[in-house]
Amino acid sequence: MMKKSAPALVRRIPWVLVVFVAALTIPWVGSRYDTFLATQIAISALFAMSLNLLLGTTGLVSFGHVAYFGIGSYVCGILMKTYAVPFSIALPAAAIGSALGALVFGFFCVRLTKIYFAMLTLAFSQIIWAICYKWNDVTGGDQGIPDVPYPNLDWMSSIPLLGDLRIAQQFYVLTLIVVMLSLAAIQRIIASPFGLMLTTIRENPERAASIGLNVRRYELSAFVIAGGFAGIAGALFGIFNRGVFSDFVYWPKSAEVMIMTILGGIDHFWGPVVGAATLVLLNQEITSYTQYWPFVLGTILLLLLFVFPGGIVGGLTTGLEWLRRKTGRRASA
Amino acid sequence: MFEVSFLFGQFLGGLTTAMFLFLIASGLSLVFGVMRVLNFAHGSFFMIGAYLAWQAVQWLAPALHSFWLAALAAALGVALLGGLIERLLLRHIYGREELYQLLLTYALVLILGDAAKIIWGTQQLSVSRPPMLAGGFQVLGATLPTYNLFIMLTGVAIAVAGWFVLTRSPAGRMVRAAALDREMLGALGANVGALYTGMFVASSFLAGLSGALVTPIQSIVPGMDVEVIVEAFIVVVIGGLGSFWGTFWGSVIYGQVLSFGILILPGFSLFSVFALMAVILIVRPWGLFGRPLR
Repeated sequence: MMKKSAPALVRRIPWVLVVFVAALTIPWVGSRYDTFLATQIAISALFAMSLNLLLGTTGLVSFGHVAYFGIGSYVCGILMKTYAVPFSIALPAAAIGSALGALVFGFFCVRLTKIYFAMLTLAFSQIIWAICYKWNDVTGGDQGIPDVPYPNLDWMSSIPLLGDLRIAQQFYVLTLIVVMLSLAAIQRIIASPFGLMLTTIRENPERAASIGLNVRRYELSAFVIAGGFAGIAGALFGIFNRGVFSDFVYWPKSAEVMIMTILGGIDHFWGPVVGAATLVLLNQEITSYTQYWPFVLGTILLLLLFVFPGGIVGGLTTGLEWLRRKTGRRASA
Repeated sequence: MFEVSFLFGQFLGGLTTAMFLFLIASGLSLVFGVMRVLNFAHGSFFMIGAYLAWQAVQWLAPALHSFWLAALAAALGVALLGGLIERLLLRHIYGREELYQLLLTYALVLILGDAAKIIWGTQQLSVSRPPMLAGGFQVLGATLPTYNLFIMLTGVAIAVAGWFVLTRSPAGRMVRAAALDREMLGALGANVGALYTGMFVASSFLAGLSGALVTPIQSIVPGMDVEVIVEAFIVVVIGGLGSFWGTFWGSVIYGQVLSFGILILPGFSLFSVFALMAVILIVRPWGLFGRPLR
């Protein structure tokens, strides 16, 4: 009896809130460097999570997701640096800008399937890259937009404990709030009837169409939502990185976030978060004694594809299942 | 507006780019057409070919005609590497979701890119032009380096040879049959596994050869792999993924758009080729010369 009620109890815990509270303690319990890493993980996690809305939930292989991350970071960076617009306006503007970009590009992309879909998303992301790289007057060309200012966080100074933190740590708190709200929203979207329709499309697009679903419209909606959240991640990253540069949008970055997502596991909600955390920490660890991080990453990717196609969370779930079956059998015998 | 000789020069420049890209993209397109695998690592094979050629020239330096021997050795080396990769890795992912295929070949991009850095370092390397092709001559007032002419002729020769092998030889017939229906070909007793390995080796050979041939006019730098693969993608998308002549005309169009795009929209020629790729994918996803996939 206990065994059956345990998963239900586990499911009832608001995990996003638990993770939020745990991550919130980092500036006080960890070093400044830990906060730096945690900020990077939080932003990457949101980016990977937004991609997984396409990859895992809807089954769309986008090889150009970095375009929307890039639009978000450029919109936010330009607004805050050039026009001194406050963060509270620049962030929604970045999300809307990216979602609009995703709407225009996605409109064409969802008409294609499989490899052609992947190629068209790649082409669009390279168009965005070419614009960012060459349109010197607006995007700063290959110089990018250096010194994007931190948002004005004076309101935090009146809050006890928060007020004593440095600006980078306060920005971490802000990032965490934005990311966790976004994750909660994504969780609601996936669990909603709309999200279930997306899963149906992933499992069998022909059947979804034959029961009267407008597959393209659903796919486009998923594309736009994913683009919007990627834009939020991009906006945060531009500020965190203290500058927005055209490499943000270069195509290998799309592969990177895809690896993050797969590494965690695309079949589980927390997969992309686990993948982001693992990859950021691993990168930190490995680059401290070799410059050949891509080599290591490629090897990890090979292992992942051949040995653990379900990613870390997928592997753990299978392992736990196996353990439970093993112990269950022993108990009944 | 512009003088004829200038325009003709642009045209010739575009044609040289085109034939280079054809050499690179033909292998990519063949592998996609038959094996349905979009090989991101094709650009890495190109880069390894360039490095191997440089290495071979260093070793052979005093010998006569060392460049030609080096180019051949580089192409063969890359072909061997391609064969190993197909046998050990790619073989296991045919028929799996395209996500896994894309990521597997991307893993190879990461590994080969760093392997090249570990072996040859990060400084620019270059190979001098073979003496017999050193000069240049005047055509309609534009200067055409002899080496560029050689590249153009090589491109055309490879195109004709490829067409001949594909349509007139037993091996070519098997390749075309495999592209249409792999399982049926296997059921008829053909060794499809060996055919795939052969295809991949041939494709790697072409990539390695083009990498070697590019060394006299372009310096060898890390990052040339990810740059060239995107260009090759554009070319095969324009012509049609898997279509051999499509790849040829796709390269010609790409070369001309790039070299005249600079005149019309300075600074935005990069944009114009990606836009061309997107437009083709939107209007005719199977390319100008391809056929829709089943």
